[in-house]
This record gives sequence, C-alpha cells and structure tokens, in this order.
Amino acid sequence: MRRINIEEVPLFTDTNIRCCHGLGAVRNRTYQGVCVSPINFRALLSSRCFIVLMVLAFFLSCGVPNNPYPKSEQDEEIYYSTFAEEPKHFDPAVSYSSDEYTFIQQIYEPPLRYHYLKRPYELIPLTAEAVPQPRYYDTDGKQLSSDAAAASVARAVYEIRIRPGIMYQPHPCFAKTESGVLRYHDLTKADVKGFNEIKDFPMTGTRELSAADYVYQIKRMADPRLGCPILSTLKDYILGMEAYSAALANGQEAAAFPGVAVVDRYTYRVILKAKYPQFIYWLAMPFFSPMPKEAIDFYSQPVMKDRNITIDRFPVGTGAYRIETLLAHKEIVLVKNENFRVERYPSGGEPGDREAGLLDDAWETIPFIPKVVYKLEKEYIPRWNKFLQGYYDSSGISSDTFDSAVTFNDTGDPRASEALKAKHIVLRTSVEPTTIYLAFNMLDDTVGGYTVEKQKLRQAISIALDYEEYIEIFLNGRGVTSHSPLPPGIFGYEAGETGINPYIYDWDASTNRPVRKSIEAARQLLAEAGYPGGQDSKGNPLIVSFDNTWNSAGATSRLTWMRNKLEQLGITMESRTTDYNRFRDKVKNGNFQIIFWGWHADYPDAENFLFLLYGPNSKALRDGENAANYDNPEYNRLFETMKNMENSPERLTRIREMNRLLQRDAPWVFVYHPVVFGLSHQWLKNSKPSALGRGNFKYLRIDASQRAESRQAWNQPIVWPLWVCLGLLILGTIPAAITIWKRERQAKQAHIADEASEN
Amino acid sequence: MLTYIIRRVLYAVPILIGVNLIVFFLFFIVNSPDQMARKILGEKNITQEDVDNWKIQNGYHLPLFFNTEASGDGHFTETIFFQKSAKLFLFDFGKSDTNNIDITSQISQRMWASLAIALPTFLVGLLVNITVSMIVAYYRATYVDFWSTIVAVMVMSISQLFYIIGGQWLFGKMLRLSPISGYDSGVDMLKFVILPVVIGIISGIGGGIRFYRTIFLEEVNRDYVRTARAKGVSEAGVLFKHALKNAMIPILTNVVLAIPLLFMGSLVMEAFFAIPGLGSFTIEAIQAQDFAIVRSMVYLASVLYIVGLLLTDISYTLVDPRIRFG
Repeated sequence: MRRINIEEVPLFTDTNIRCCHGLGAVRNRTYQGVCVSPINFRALLSSRCFIVLMVLAFFLSCGVPNNPYPKSEQDEEIYYSTFAEEPKHFDPAVSYSSDEYTFIQQIYEPPLRYHYLKRPYELIPLTAEAVPQPRYYDTDGKQLSSDAAAASVARAVYEIRIRPGIMYQPHPCFAKTESGVLRYHDLTKADVKGFNEIKDFPMTGTRELSAADYVYQIKRMADPRLGCPILSTLKDYILGMEAYSAALANGQEAAAFPGVAVVDRYTYRVILKAKYPQFIYWLAMPFFSPMPKEAIDFYSQPVMKDRNITIDRFPVGTGAYRIETLLAHKEIVLVKNENFRVERYPSGGEPGDREAGLLDDAWETIPFIPKVVYKLEKEYIPRWNKFLQGYYDSSGISSDTFDSAVTFNDTGDPRASEALKAKHIVLRTSVEPTTIYLAFNMLDDTVGGYTVEKQKLRQAISIALDYEEYIEIFLNGRGVTSHSPLPPGIFGYEAGETGINPYIYDWDASTNRPVRKSIEAARQLLAEAGYPGGQDSKGNPLIVSFDNTWNSAGATSRLTWMRNKLEQLGITMESRTTDYNRFRDKVKNGNFQIIFWGWHADYPDAENFLFLLYGPNSKALRDGENAANYDNPEYNRLFETMKNMENSPERLTRIREMNRLLQRDAPWVFVYHPVVFGLSHQWLKNSKPSALGRGNFKYLRIDASQRAESRQAWNQPIVWPLWVCLGLLILGTIPAAITIWKRERQAKQAHIADEASEN
Repeated sequence: MLTYIIRRVLYAVPILIGVNLIVFFLFFIVNSPDQMARKILGEKNITQEDVDNWKIQNGYHLPLFFNTEASGDGHFTETIFFQKSAKLFLFDFGKSDTNNIDITSQISQRMWASLAIALPTFLVGLLVNITVSMIVAYYRATYVDFWSTIVAVMVMSISQLFYIIGGQWLFGKMLRLSPISGYDSGVDMLKFVILPVVIGIISGIGGGIRFYRTIFLEEVNRDYVRTARAKGVSEAGVLFKHALKNAMIPILTNVVLAIPLLFMGSLVMEAFFAIPGLGSFTIEAIQAQDFAIVRSMVYLASVLYIVGLLLTDISYTLVDPRIRFG
C-alpha cells in the first residue's frame, strides 16, 4: 500500500457538481462514496437552519409567543381560571363537590344564597322574595309559636315565594315552533346527527321561572335511580319523601308526596316532619335549585342520551351565566345569560371591605364579566407559572411556592412577597369552615373508654402533639389551631380565654393568647392514666397505632414528627398507612385506634360540626359520620336540644357545655382549621374568598386593558439564546465535517493504493 | 399470508380474555364494588342504601365470577365479569361509571390530542435518533463515540419529569418562547405542541442513540460490510446505504410495535402540558376507580399491542424477501 498525493484526489466542489447532476452519470464507486456524506451534511445543516428560522418566524409572528390564548381575546373582559379535575356532575340533584359547585352555582339558583361580602355568613334571598320563616304545628294541627320546643313540633311548614319575572337562559328545551309546539321534544337520530353540545341546536327559547320548577326538583331528588347524595338525609326530614321514594323505586310515578306542593305560580311549600331550623341552609344549596320539566323531557329522549347530551352535562338555569362550551377534558366556557334579570352589586359588607375597594361597585348592575374561561390544569407548577405570567387571573398557593409567594411581618400577619408585590398581586386569606382532627376510637380497649384514666391518656396525647409547631412546619402557618370542633365564623365559636381548651392550654394574660401545657404536664397525666413513662403496670410499653392514607413522599416527615412527639411521652406509635378504600373500611368497621380526618361544612351552623360526635351517628355502629364512635349520653342530650334551637344565648350555653364535655373526654385531638391563601392580579376587582357561596363570578370585574399591558410587558420573548445555540451547532459541525472529509480521503487514498499495488 | 393473519387474530382471542380476566381480578382485589360506589358517590351522607342503589344502577350488584343463584348459563353470564367484559369484544365500551359519559366518544375525541403530541415526537425522534446514532457509529472508537455514549446514558438516566419541568421553565417561563401548557385545535395547536414534542425528543434521545448505535455497530462488523469496504465503498456509504438497509428488521421491530400504542398517549406529558389525550383519560380513571374506563383502555392497549406485533411480522416480509409466513 502507498499513500497517494493529495493532488490526485478530486475536489469536493467537483464531486458535488457531479452529484447534483445525478449519480447515475458517474458510476465511479470511489466518487460515489466521497460525494454522499458532505452533501448530506450540508443538506442537513441547511434544513436545520430552515427549521430554526421557521420556528423563530412563527414565534415572532405571534407577538407574545407564550400567550396560550387567541390574539382576538386580548382586550376582552374574560376571566381566566383553572380546574384540576374534570367535574363529574352538573345535575344539581346529584352534584355534591366544591369543584362542581364552582360552575353550577353560576347557573342554578336556589331560593337563598349567602351574602357575598358579609362575614359571618348571612343568608339572604336569591330568587325568593324573603328568607322563609317556618310555621310550626303540633300533632293536632295547632299552630305553635316560632320558639316552640322541638318535642312539641309535629310539622314545620316553609312557604317560599319566588320573585316574578325571572327568566331561564336561552335553551333548546324551550324552543317552540310557530304553532307553539316544543321544537326539540320529539327528536330522531337524524335530527341530532353531528350534535355534541347544546349550542349545536339552532333554535332556543325561554320561559319564566315558576314555583313548580322547585317542586319538580325536590321530587326528582326523591328518585332513588338518580342517586341524590342527600336523599337519605332528606327522607328523615321531608314529610312523605321516604314513601314517595319507595314508590318511585317500584315505578309508581304518580304516587303522592305530601311534603311538597305548589301553592300558586310563585309560591311553593315544603313540610318537614320535625323542627329543623337548619333547613333554610339547605335552601341555599344547589340541590334545591329549580328544574324545568321541559329540560328533563328534552334530555330524556333516547337520541339525546345516545349523543351524551344530558342534564348532568348541560345545565338549564336562571343564573347570571350559562355554559357555552363544555369540553371537560380541556376547558369549560361560561357566558353571560342573556336573559338574566337586573341585579345590583351589594352595597354593604364587613368592616374593611370598603377600604379594600370591595364596595367600589356598589349598586352597579351585575354581572360585569361577559365570559369566563376555565382551563384544565392538572399540575400546579404550570398553573402557577402561568398565573405569574398574567395568563390566569387568580391562584392558590401550594407549599412548594409558599416561601417565594408569602412573607410574614413582625406581627405574624402574612403579606405577598416583594416579587409578587412588584407585579401588584394581591394576597387574601380566609379561614375555611373546616375542622381537621385526630379521632380516637372510643370503642378501642386502649385509647377508648370514658373513665378518668382514659380521658387523661387522650389529654396527654393531645398535649404532646404540638399542632402549633405542625402548622408552622408543614402548613407554612396556613392554619388556626382549634380548641373545639367549631371553626371561626360559626355561631358558637369563641376566641380568647373563654374559648380555649383548658385541658390542653393555659391562658397567658401577658400575651393574651393560649399557651400549650408543658410536656411535663402531659407526662403527669399519662402517669395518672396508668402509663408512667409510657409503660403499663406490667412494664409493657404503650403502643398506639395510627391509621392514615399518607402515601406521598412528603408524608414520611409528618409521620416522623408524630412519632417523635409521642416518644416524648414514651409512647410508641405504629403507622398503618393504607389506601383510602382500606382506610374507610377500617373506620367503618371500627378497626383502628387513631385516625386523621376532617370535615368541611355543608352550611354555617354549629349543628353541622357537633353532629360529628353525636352518639347515634356512630360510624362503626350505625354507619354515621361520628368516626370516633363517641357516645356520651350527656352530650347526646345537649345535642338533641341544641340542634333545633335558633341561634341565641341559650343555644350558646348549650354549645359551651358540649365543648367542655368534648375537651374533657378528648375523643378528638383538635388539630386546626385551614386558612386559605388566595392571590389575584390587580386587574381582577371585587374578589373575596367564600367557602360556602361559590356563585360569585357575577360580582367580579376585569380591567382588560391593564391586563393586556401587563402581559405584554411581562412576556417579551428572549430569542438570543437560540441564536447562540445555532452558532454553537454550526461551530460543532465544522470539526466533524473536517474529520469526515479526512477519513474519506484517507480511505480513498488507501483504496487507490491497494488497487495500484494489485495492478 | 391471509391464513397467517387469521391464525394470529384467532390466537389473540384467548390472550384478550386473559388480559380482561387479569384486569378484572386485580381491580376487584383492590376495590370491592362497595368501595367503588363509595368512592364515586362521595364522602358525605352516604348510606349503605345509596351504595346498593348505585350498584344496581351500574350493574355491580351481581356476583363477580359465578352466580350461584342463577341457573344454566346464568351461572356465568349473570356475573359482573361476563356483563362487563363480553361487550368489549364488540368494541362496545359502554358508559363511564363515574359520570355516565360514552367511553367510545371520549376515546375518539381524545385520541387526536394524544396523536398530536405522540406522532411528531415519534417520527422526528426516530429520524433524529437514527441519524445521530449513525453519526456516532461512524465515529466509533473515537472520543465522539465515547462522549456520545456517556451523554446518552446520562440523558436516559434522568426522569422525563425533569425534562418537562425544566423545559417548561426554560422555554415557557424564562425565554417566553412557548406557552407553558395548554392545547387547542386547528392551527393554534402548533404553538402548544412544539414544546412537548421537543421535550419528548430530547428525553428519548439517550435511549434511542444507545439502541440504534448498537444495531448499526452490529451491522458494520458483518461480512457484507467488509465486502463493501473491500470494493471501495466509503464509510458513509457503508453506513447510510448498506448498514441502514440491513438494520431495518430490528428497527422495524421497535418502530412498528410502537406505532399503534401512540394512540394511548403519554401519562406524564399530558398531565403537565394539560393535553386532553388518552393518557390523562386513563390516569384519571384509575384515580377515580372508574372500572369501565380502566378495562376499556387496557383492552384497547392490548388490542393495539397485538395489532402492532402482527404489523411487525408483516413488515418483515417487506424489508426482507427471504422471510415467508408458514
């Protein structure tokens, strides 16, 4: 073999020209091999440049290329927010989830609602003329006074009068032909071919709301085939509902239901079997919304079911908004109900609302926002980043971003961080009507029972579990420690010295706040309970099991915290982590010692919390909501009298007595009431958190021009790194191309040398 | 070939029955119908009566596998397994357990969103992976090969989640070149799919390079390559013309098998980019304990996998004339 002279090798340019004219013309294998790689690399290089340039051109043509919305929406007053899980039910008789209520409470209107601004929550009329006052009757039908004892009341009659002139949203179920026949109530498959949503129907109609629509809805709830989640509760209260429900189950549609009746076009009556003042709160829930029979007839047609167009997806209401687009796996769009009546923004609120600008729009006609767009965002990180970019108008705060979003001032009050303040983002906090607790199983031999020793054991554990520390470490301070089941804002909740749990806390007059008793006090209680140093009389260590569903990676630290706290008393804690199904089964069967659980109020009344410890509601024994299976006859007696009382000093006294019993018996470790932190951009006006009333879009206002300016300023693209990458890519290709060229040349030279030597 | 295809289709029937049986068994080991009902009905005020009622409405009141109270065929047909599984073989997926929506229509809607991401990721990724691995194979036994292999191992060792969050942070948040997440139909789709596709390609490039590089290195050591070199074919010619063609069988095995499963989408990618595809549909169903959707999606994936295997076998005959079906 010999190395040949470099001058003998054809130049690339020459070869390229040949290649461009087709390889077929040059059947020299050596040339063919040489020409393939350089021209491919150049083509590759140029195609990469082309792609990058196309992408850049696309980005630049978009203006702000990270804007996820169409440019046409830029200056529109649209409220943008997110939902994390697809809503399952929009039928008000079935829906029972706060995620779903966010939507359906904009559409459906029960007779009552909560005042948007006032706290504690105050019931006011929505479609009703007034908040109804019950009339009580005894067994002989004789009317009793409004403060009649519950035991003497055999019937409680509520007459609800609704306002005339309220119209339903435009909907095809009301559409009529010229001859007055309902247009879409006798549909064939061909009529709905290609229809997937309500807006596919070209004709719509409307009609006035009537009392019969409310009665119809209550009757619907009685149908066991529908699966109304509060049916079993309602059957206990509404006269004749149980029998009517049973009749419907047997197909007797015409059965009598004496508990509800239409009085006149605008009035209906509900009769309860007993005194139950909390019923008016039910009248503020979507369950008691009106349902036009035309809608159910329309949706019940087999062709509609086949097209998956149902009342559970497309509501028909009288509220400020209606659903325009329902793609639950992507987005839900609400638009203003064209037939919505004239309604005014509230003129009063709680102290501080005026200073916060929440009364600036007093007496203005609502709704302000013509369109609401909810996007599905399953993950928090993209949701948060898009909020910071101005693409969502409001956001919550997760633990991951809490430190960067919130700071605390000297007095411990939370403030938006400097970074958020620079964007004029507003922070609002509110205590949820929720109570979080650790429940002891009162049926358990070790931690349950009602003897003084058992009380002291549970009190000792309650003291050792320092939930002030827990809230600081694990919740970034987003919680208020609880002293009873009642959260702030609920009648019966008492702050200050009168409200403290004296078995767990001492009152520090100098700082005017409760101070948790020392761990020595807890050890003393444990010793008095028969477990000095965490051991029983035989020297066996006290071991308690903690059933939980804390499966996430972050849960390990919480379990370790609990374990360490109990070890201070010498108690060994065994964690039994399981999935939620198994957990529920254990609770249902009473097969646990300690669990961690919570309760969110259905309505703002003490009864809705204190019933969680009412003996006849035992979870293990009667499948109720009393997970601790607490059954104290004195507490039960007080609950039975308290639950039917109007809020009054006498009722407060009863609640205090009940709280004292709970604090002494300690069936729960009172953990905390969550505090919700909400952020909103400066262009979103009138935003106030409300845990109970969610039909609030109509009060919100958007300054669209301010939002457009901020988005433009915050989202200018940075393109230079792409150019740098492109340059580096080109630079990186050069040595590779040279190497290829050298290799090919060497190979060719070697081959020529071989051929020469063979010749 | 037709006989072969019919035989393979018939083989698929017991496999699909087996898959259904396993899914059914596993699902109901974890969840009893009562637990399902309680999960779907919610937390509050749910009584056993409500649970029983839900089970009747949704056909979960029957025994799981064997009905002792029925007679004749009813022992087997009047069971949850038969009632829920038989229709699957006719591709009648029925309605969701949680919200009663039609599963077939959901699949047909969501499939396109999954494909919008999966198809370009797959095709461009394939092109990039093969090209880069051929270049790496070309530079075999040099520092380029060495460092490429190390980088490939590093890239494939990092979780896809990292690329997603990092990509969203870099391109969406810092450089503001792309929406962080979202999805739209029509032309607007383009701005939403670029970032997930780029991330999909980058996160898959490590494994792709390692796989295809191995294939090409195997090929370049074969006799026919030595012959080509002896005849004076350049290295590039050897790789791009001869080796690539002969490496098509292992490439096809990998590629054709993956194509049908593209319909199923990506669980993580779809969740983080808020893409309403079949991946997120499946994961939501698992979380919601919606057995109707879970069994439908598993069945569909099994069918697609079997179709993929069949297509792979058929594709062999196209790239290698020596292969004949017996």
